[in-house]
Amino acid sequence: MSTTLRPYLNAVRATLNASMCLENFNSQVVERHVKPEVEVKTSKELLLTPLVIARNEKEKVLIESSINSIRVSIAVKQADEIEQILCQKFMRFMMMRAENFVVLRRKPVEGYDISFLITNIHTEQMLKHKLVDFVIHFMEEIDKEISEMKLSVNARARIVAEEFLKKF
Amino acid sequence: MGEVFNFGVHPISCHSWNHDRTQIALSPNSNDVLIYKKSGKKWDHIHTLSEHTLKVTDIDWAPKTNRIVTCGADRNAYVWQLTNGEWVQELVILRINRAATYVRWSPQEDKFAVGSSSRMISVCYFESDNNWWVSKHIKKPIRSTIVSLDWHPNNILLAAGCCDYKAYVFSAYIKEINPKPGPTVWGKKMTFGCLMQEFVMPCTGWVHGIAFSNSGDCLAMVSHGSVLSVAKGGGELTSIRTEFLPFNDCVWFGENSIIAGGHDCNPVLFKVEGDCSKVAFANKLDQPPKGGGGGKAVSAMNMFKMMDKKGTVEATSTDLTTKHKNAIIQVCVYGPHQFSTCGKDGNVVVWDNKSLEASIAGLRIN
Repeated sequence: MSTTLRPYLNAVRATLNASMCLENFNSQVVERHVKPEVEVKTSKELLLTPLVIARNEKEKVLIESSINSIRVSIAVKQADEIEQILCQKFMRFMMMRAENFVVLRRKPVEGYDISFLITNIHTEQMLKHKLVDFVIHFMEEIDKEISEMKLSVNARARIVAEEFLKKF
Repeated sequence: MGEVFNFGVHPISCHSWNHDRTQIALSPNSNDVLIYKKSGKKWDHIHTLSEHTLKVTDIDWAPKTNRIVTCGADRNAYVWQLTNGEWVQELVILRINRAATYVRWSPQEDKFAVGSSSRMISVCYFESDNNWWVSKHIKKPIRSTIVSLDWHPNNILLAAGCCDYKAYVFSAYIKEINPKPGPTVWGKKMTFGCLMQEFVMPCTGWVHGIAFSNSGDCLAMVSHGSVLSVAKGGGELTSIRTEFLPFNDCVWFGENSIIAGGHDCNPVLFKVEGDCSKVAFANKLDQPPKGGGGGKAVSAMNMFKMMDKKGTVEATSTDLTTKHKNAIIQVCVYGPHQFSTCGKDGNVVVWDNKSLEASIAGLRIN
């Protein structure tokens, strides 16, 4: 792991730990409803200051919190076109299956590649520190996954090109 | 130290004890209120109170009159009375149009206060002419949901913690049922709904917990910025910012000790000195047993166990050593020297101050 990744992840972990203090909260606007306040944004006093943690221009995390839900949006490193395409396809694959990922949001927040929406119901069903671990683990793995895929795409392209050029 | 009772995997959103602590009423984060009776070391489920149609948000059991009041997200509150071995409910007319969030009996148990998301407090009392519970509203100057309430021991004053980053002390004097109150440090004029004092939290935060001291002269508040604040009636707010995660609730012991519990899963003791002019952190109360953790990691058997179970050699550092494995939601006074906490992990823990004092050097809770 490179030297800048560790402090970056530590900062994200500490922030998530502090912002994931959620409680059950019934809507003040619609009766008999419970809504994630960070999404509906109907009462200003229930929202906390959003926070961006950036490793560099491209890699950053936006953490928005409220009384009963937090939204974590991640921008993944994309150095070239291949990485961009890979990232886009990969995120699309996951977000189409958002129900199975429980905490995943169906659409990312503008300017980010993927968003998680964690509500008080998730922190009740799952252990909070494991949820934080999951987000951190996801951030660690996603970079690795994309560079691996990029390597295999390149390798495959080389083999295909070789096979093709044998004909001449 | 602390006795752990487990009531399943669901979070316990609220709990309340009967007068002699042999029964507990709790809600497993659902529409029902379950009553358990203690038999030996076990808890037997004896009653289910199911009348609410949405989540039960709070329960309070009146010790003297043996009545339970529950409130829920369905905008209703019910008063339950035990008749012929069955709990029978009476509907309370709250006249609110959002969820009820918090309920507390007054010390003399002749009325109770219900906090709600419709930005008001309903103070309810029994009207014997019509044979129902009616309510009076305190509306001004509340701007957001009420998330905590506490009664002053004089049965008149009511403290409310609110999501608009403020705590209020109101008069809830109802002239139909209460004799005229005498003056307190909070003020003399006590018409219904009169705002006695207002506190603005130092760093913007929802006031999750609020409590009067036993004499009623001091007020403690915990807010979301991990801040504990105390104030004497008519005086200024004194606050301490802590390094812990936010607290959800607090209780007083005597005039000098406050115990707060919250998202750190660990009850914390604070000491108050000099008429609420100074407040200091004293101790975490849930200390892991000594010598348990260190020796465990190096044993060969443990190493292979970990490899088998988790695929790593080292013991995972993320496992919590505290008794509660998830956030503490509520802290209740259990006895003169005991308190109980309930949490999102489905546990209720009863803590004994005397044995805590014995196990932690230099600790005094009084």
